[in-house]
Amino acid sequence: MGHAQHNTDTLPPNPEKATLEGRNKFLAFWFFLGGETVLFASLFGTYLGLRNGTAGGPTAAEIFDLFLVFIMTTILLTSSLTSVFAMLAMKKGNFKQMLVWMWVTVGLGVAFLGLEIYEFYVYVGYGLTFTTSAFGSAFYTLVGFHGAHVAFGIGWIVTLLIRYRKSGLTLTNAPKFYLASLYWHFIDVVWVFIFTVVYLMGIGG
Amino acid sequence: MSNSQALKKSVLWDWLTTVDHKKIGIMYLVAGAFFFVLGGLEAMIIRAQLMFPELNIVSAQAFNELITMHGTTMIFLAAMPLLFGFMNFIVPLQIGARDVAFPFLNSLGFWLFLFGGILLNLSWFFGGAPDAGWTAYVPLSSAEYAGTGLDYYVLGLQISGAGTLIGGINFLVTIITMRAPGMTMMKMPLFTWSSFVSSALILFAFPALTVGLFLLMFERLFGANYFIVEAGGNVVIWQHLFWIFGHPEVYILILPAFGIFSEVLSTFSKKRLFGYSAMVFATLIIGFLGFMVWAHHMFTVGMGPVANAIFAVATMAIAVPTGIKIFNWLFTLWGGRIKFTTANLFALGFIPSFVLGGVTGVMLATSAANYQFHDTYFVVAHFHYVIIGGVVFGLFAGTFYWWPKIFGYMLNETLGKWFFWLFFIGFHLTFFVQHFLGLMGMPRRVASYLDGQGLNDLNFISTIGAFFMAVAFVILLVNIFVARNDKAVADPWDGRTLEWATPTPVPEYNFAQTPVARELDALWYEKMQGNKKLPVAEPLGEIHMPNGSILPIIMSLGLFIASFGFIYATYWVSVIGLGLTLGCMVVRSVKEDHGYHIPVEEIKQDKEVG
Repeated sequence: MGHAQHNTDTLPPNPEKATLEGRNKFLAFWFFLGGETVLFASLFGTYLGLRNGTAGGPTAAEIFDLFLVFIMTTILLTSSLTSVFAMLAMKKGNFKQMLVWMWVTVGLGVAFLGLEIYEFYVYVGYGLTFTTSAFGSAFYTLVGFHGAHVAFGIGWIVTLLIRYRKSGLTLTNAPKFYLASLYWHFIDVVWVFIFTVVYLMGIGG
Repeated sequence: MSNSQALKKSVLWDWLTTVDHKKIGIMYLVAGAFFFVLGGLEAMIIRAQLMFPELNIVSAQAFNELITMHGTTMIFLAAMPLLFGFMNFIVPLQIGARDVAFPFLNSLGFWLFLFGGILLNLSWFFGGAPDAGWTAYVPLSSAEYAGTGLDYYVLGLQISGAGTLIGGINFLVTIITMRAPGMTMMKMPLFTWSSFVSSALILFAFPALTVGLFLLMFERLFGANYFIVEAGGNVVIWQHLFWIFGHPEVYILILPAFGIFSEVLSTFSKKRLFGYSAMVFATLIIGFLGFMVWAHHMFTVGMGPVANAIFAVATMAIAVPTGIKIFNWLFTLWGGRIKFTTANLFALGFIPSFVLGGVTGVMLATSAANYQFHDTYFVVAHFHYVIIGGVVFGLFAGTFYWWPKIFGYMLNETLGKWFFWLFFIGFHLTFFVQHFLGLMGMPRRVASYLDGQGLNDLNFISTIGAFFMAVAFVILLVNIFVARNDKAVADPWDGRTLEWATPTPVPEYNFAQTPVARELDALWYEKMQGNKKLPVAEPLGEIHMPNGSILPIIMSLGLFIASFGFIYATYWVSVIGLGLTLGCMVVRSVKEDHGYHIPVEEIKQDKEVG
């Protein structure tokens, strides 16, 4: 497959799905996200079963800081939008612009992760640790799994951005960026559920 | 690399780095057979202990470890990889493909499974194997009651489970995108279909196990409280997570076996499979219902009558698509020119044996009666009837059926028939009587029983049966050895599906030219049209192949090393191990590898030789 030298003028309109390899990756990644959905569903189920098991420790309503979580939500939703801009730039063949939007996405991801760590730090200060109660364990596990996904996504996208900083768009790297953006959206969707199930239900019910 | 270049590399390096689905398939078969022998030896010790009342061949603690490891090994490390072996070798051939969609991931899946299996079994040497049963119910498996064996269990299964998930995704994509021209979904052989549905079940079932194992690991190693009631935890959550995975798992095992029987019965009846589309839809329905019934393992836990009733009815409903399959197999045989080869004997023996397991399944599904059956030998008898009578018979049928294609020689039929009859008789001898032991109230997972309770005779018979199966298996091993010079032709059974259109041994690229499948049973169709060869979709040209890679084995090794760090709370070891794995992932992502091409001359040469 001697397509490493293609420049953007000769690429087909959907470079991420133009090769069999790209299509295979695309399909496999959707399947993978299906499996990830079951993974998070299991974690959500566990959390719902244990969220009132506070064993005398802090409860959700006592400690959750909705304002901070609202800021985090806004940041992560915006990062999903910037990754869409990156994919639109890719489809237009504007590789430079795609890189810029991807870096913005990464930056927002790092900001989110930083705030999440700060949030955990605050909760530990209130006396809710991983080992305090079943609620504490389930909370840090569910939200922590999401945070670990964000961290992995940042590492992945940064690897791609550094590796392909000068290469231009090719039929090989287009699927890679596309899948990374798909993964980023998935993380975002999971967060929307966490915001609802963990934080809103934690404060309100 | 091309064949001539391959010769220059050492054989060992070639196998360690291979991404060829056929070699990976063979490695799955060999590793699976090794664990099958281990699990079998564990079973023999269990049966020896129970041969007479109050025996003390092994201690009660060792007995608990044996039953745990027997179950865990047989399900995760023997049955699954053996089926994966056949799926790997056969599915790409059956759909007319050159390889799976992701050869690299295929290799990674294998090595993850193998390192996970080795890690689990190393527990025997470091403080004792897990002893909480293969289901590892908390609190039995908690840090309070179980030793490091359970740490090996959670990490070993986590690693091998990741391999299985990767394999499942790979097969799903392979079957969707890599089929030869003309082979629509409804023209796929049934083994491919059942592998497809089974892979879908893997995709949606294994993540639940992943979460369950993580929770148990975090609780045991990092002091979390999910299952500790005093801290607000709930032990039933483990049971739900385990069975949300565990019930689909039995369908993951049985569906590919159903596929094998469909191929074997149709080939040796010289008839197209009866009710092909009904078979496909029955497989899909079984796969779907397989996710709706997990709580029938938990009838006695106190979910209440409504939940019990719903899960009871859903469970009984599975008998309908399964019954459809049984009748379709019988109608396939009806009026056929039946050949009683060893492969077919296993398929024929499967039908009544599996029906027995199905009948006891419906009995167990009756939630009120389940309170009597629960945790007795009746349950043990039931699941061995479906797993041996279904999955293991399927594996043996597949072994005799595909051996010539995979290993290039014919297994001896006389020894094969000895093997079948001894195994068949031994199997029923062992497990039929266990139904009655269960009804008499003998509990499962107990190291011995007292004299004078009427349990002596049936236990003795059961153990004799187990010895029959062991002898039968030795005959299979002898067969594999003595038959090794009986070279096989490409199509020894007058086959119907595309794998029999390849030369034996199958070349690295499978098909010199991608074939066209014009009908169901594509090869048989061409034979009936009087065509010597399959129609082809492309002119003879150079073939693109993926390069081998050593990364999968290093990535798996990294997780293996990291596990020791977690088990012994020396986290710098874990950091090194995980760093190794993540580092390999970065290398894989950064290094573009576009494979190589096999030149036309070499393919032509192969064709003349073949």
